[in-house]
Amino acid sequence: MLEFTQHIINGLSLGSIYALIALGYTMVFGILQLINFAHGDVFMLGAFIGMYSSRYFALDRNPSLGSLFIALGCAMIGCAAIGFCIEKLAYRPLRKSPRINILITAVGVSLFLEFSGQLLFGADPKFFPEIYKPSVNWSIGELVINPLQMIVLATALILMMVLQFIIFKTRLGRAMRAVSFSHEYASLMGIATDKIISSTFMLGSALAGAAGVLVGLVYPKVEPLMGVMPGLKAFVSAVLGGIGNVTGAAVGAITLGLAEEFLVGYWASTYRDALAFGILILILIFKPTGIFGVERIEKV
Amino acid sequence: MNDVTVFGIKACWKWVVVIAIFWTFHLLVSDRLNPYIFDIIIYAGINIILAVSLNLVNGFTGQFSMGHAGFMSIGGYLSAYLTMLVFNLFPGIDTQSIYGTLFFLSALFCGGLGAAVSGYLVGLPSLRLKGDYLAIITLGFGEIIRVIILNIETIGGARGLPGIPALSHFGWVYTFVVLSIFTVWRLMQSPHGRAFLSVREDEVAAEAMGVNTTKTKVRAFALGAFFAGIAGGLFAHYLLYLNPQGFDFNKSFEIIIMVVLGGMGSISGSVIAAVFLTAIREALRELQQFTQIDFRMVIYSLMLIILMLTRPNGLFGTKEIFHFIPLRRRSLHDVKA
Repeated sequence: MLEFTQHIINGLSLGSIYALIALGYTMVFGILQLINFAHGDVFMLGAFIGMYSSRYFALDRNPSLGSLFIALGCAMIGCAAIGFCIEKLAYRPLRKSPRINILITAVGVSLFLEFSGQLLFGADPKFFPEIYKPSVNWSIGELVINPLQMIVLATALILMMVLQFIIFKTRLGRAMRAVSFSHEYASLMGIATDKIISSTFMLGSALAGAAGVLVGLVYPKVEPLMGVMPGLKAFVSAVLGGIGNVTGAAVGAITLGLAEEFLVGYWASTYRDALAFGILILILIFKPTGIFGVERIEKV
Repeated sequence: MNDVTVFGIKACWKWVVVIAIFWTFHLLVSDRLNPYIFDIIIYAGINIILAVSLNLVNGFTGQFSMGHAGFMSIGGYLSAYLTMLVFNLFPGIDTQSIYGTLFFLSALFCGGLGAAVSGYLVGLPSLRLKGDYLAIITLGFGEIIRVIILNIETIGGARGLPGIPALSHFGWVYTFVVLSIFTVWRLMQSPHGRAFLSVREDEVAAEAMGVNTTKTKVRAFALGAFFAGIAGGLFAHYLLYLNPQGFDFNKSFEIIIMVVLGGMGSISGSVIAAVFLTAIREALRELQQFTQIDFRMVIYSLMLIILMLTRPNGLFGTKEIFHFIPLRRRSLHDVKA
C-alpha cells in the first residue's frame, strides 16, 4: 500500500509536467490544426534558460521559493519569445500551404532546435543547479513525500488555473476561442487573427518553459535531446484527452504519468517509452477523438 | 506504347543491361577502388533503396510516414539472424559459394517479407488516420520496434548484434537499387500506381471513382516496408554489426529529408538526393573532425525548413529528371498516351 501511494505521488508529479507541455500542443492544435513538433524542444530550451539564468543570478546560493520563481519567470519569458519567433519565422509564411508542408517544417524546426542546441550547449548532460532545497522531508506515517514533487504539482496546478482563467475569462481568451472556431469569421469580427495565434504560441511555449524548469528541479539533468521523449509523450496525452481540449490535455497527461509510473514500478521499466506510443495507437484506433474530444464532421 | 508488359522482354532489357553494367563494374573495379570511397558508394546505394521506397509512401501515395527506419531494422535483424543461424548450423558452407549466395538472397527476401508483414500490420489500423496523426503513429511504431529489439536478448539487445557474415557487396546492393527503382517505376505506370496517385491527389474523389483507399494505402505501405527491409538486410551484411541505436528516429528523418529534398513523387529526385546527402554527410564528417562539432543535422534541418519556405516541392517536384531534358521521342509518346 505504501509503495502504491508512492507510485501515485510520483505519477502525479510526472503527469503534471506532461500536462504543462501537453497544454501547449493542444492550444496550438486547437487554433491552427497543427502539431507543433518543436514544442518538446521549446521545453528543452526552457530547462536551459532556467539553468543559465539561475547560474547568472547565482540562485543556488540561497535556494528558496523566490529563486524558483525567478528561474520560472526567466524561462517562461524566454520561451514565450522563442515561441513567438518560431511562429513568425517558420509557420506564418506557410499558413496557406498544404498541411504536409507545414508538418515537414515543424519536423525541421524541431530538429533544428535539438541540434543547434547541441552546438550551443554541448551534447553532454548538464547539471541543473539546486535553486530550491526543501529543509525537511514531509512524511505521513511511513509515507515519505518529496516536497519537490509537491512543489511541481502545485506550480503546475496554479499555472493551469491561470491558463483556464485566461482562456475563459479574458478578452484574449475569448478571441482565442473565436479564432479556433473559425479564422475567417473571427477576422470578420475584427479580431487580429495573426496576433491571437502569436499569443497562443507564446502562452503554450511559456508553459513548456515552466515545465522545463520544474523538470530541472526534480531530475537535475539537462541535455539538448531531453525534449524529444517528453514532447512526444505530452502529445500522446493531448490526443488521449482529446486534442484541442484544455481540460482533456491535463487529464490525459495525469493518466499517462500514472500509467507510466505503474508500468515502471510493477512491470517492465525498459518498455517505458513504448507505453505512450502503445496508448496512442489504441486511442487512435478505438476512439480517435480522445476522452473529451468532440466528433468533428469532415467537410468535403 | 506496346512495351508496358512488366515481364515482357522489351520492357526489361534496359534494366538488365544496367544491372549487368553494375556487375561488370563490381567484378573489375571494386577491389582497386579506395575502400573509403567504396564504402560511401555502397551506403549511397542503400540510401537510394530507402529513399525510393519511402517515396512510394510519402511521395506517390501522399501518406507521411516517419517510421521507415523501424522497417529497415526489422529487415536487417531478421535477415542477419537467419544467415547467422544457417552459417552456424552448417559451418561447411562457403559464404562466397553459390549456396551461400542463395541463402543470403533468401534471407534478404525473408527480411523484406518480415518488414512488409509488419508494415501491413502497422498500416492496417493506422492508415485510416490522416496527415499529422499518421506521422506521429508511424514514428511511434518505429520507436516501439526499436524498444522491442532492445529487449530481445537473442539478437543482442542493447549491445547490438555482431558477427554477421559478410555477404552483401557492390553487385548485390546495386542490383537491388535497380530492382527497387524498376519496381516503383513500373508500378507507377500501372493502374495500381495510378490508384496510389489518386489517393494522394484527392482521397474523396478517388473513393468516388471506386478506389479502395485504405487498401491502396496499405499496399503502398507494405511495399515500401519490403524494400526498406531489403535495404536493412543489405546494410546488415555489409556493416557486419547492427545496433538498435542506429535505427532511431534520426535515421527515419534522414530518409525523409532525402525524399523531401528530391521531390515527393520523383524517383530520380530521390536517387539524386540520396547520393547527394550521403556524399555531403561524409564531407561534413571531415569538417566535424576539424571543428569537433556535428553540423550535419543542423544543416539537414535548416535545409528542410528553407526548402519548405522557398521550394516546397523539392528539387524536381513530381517530375523526373528527364522531363527537364527536351527529348523529342518521349514527348511524342506523351501526346499519344
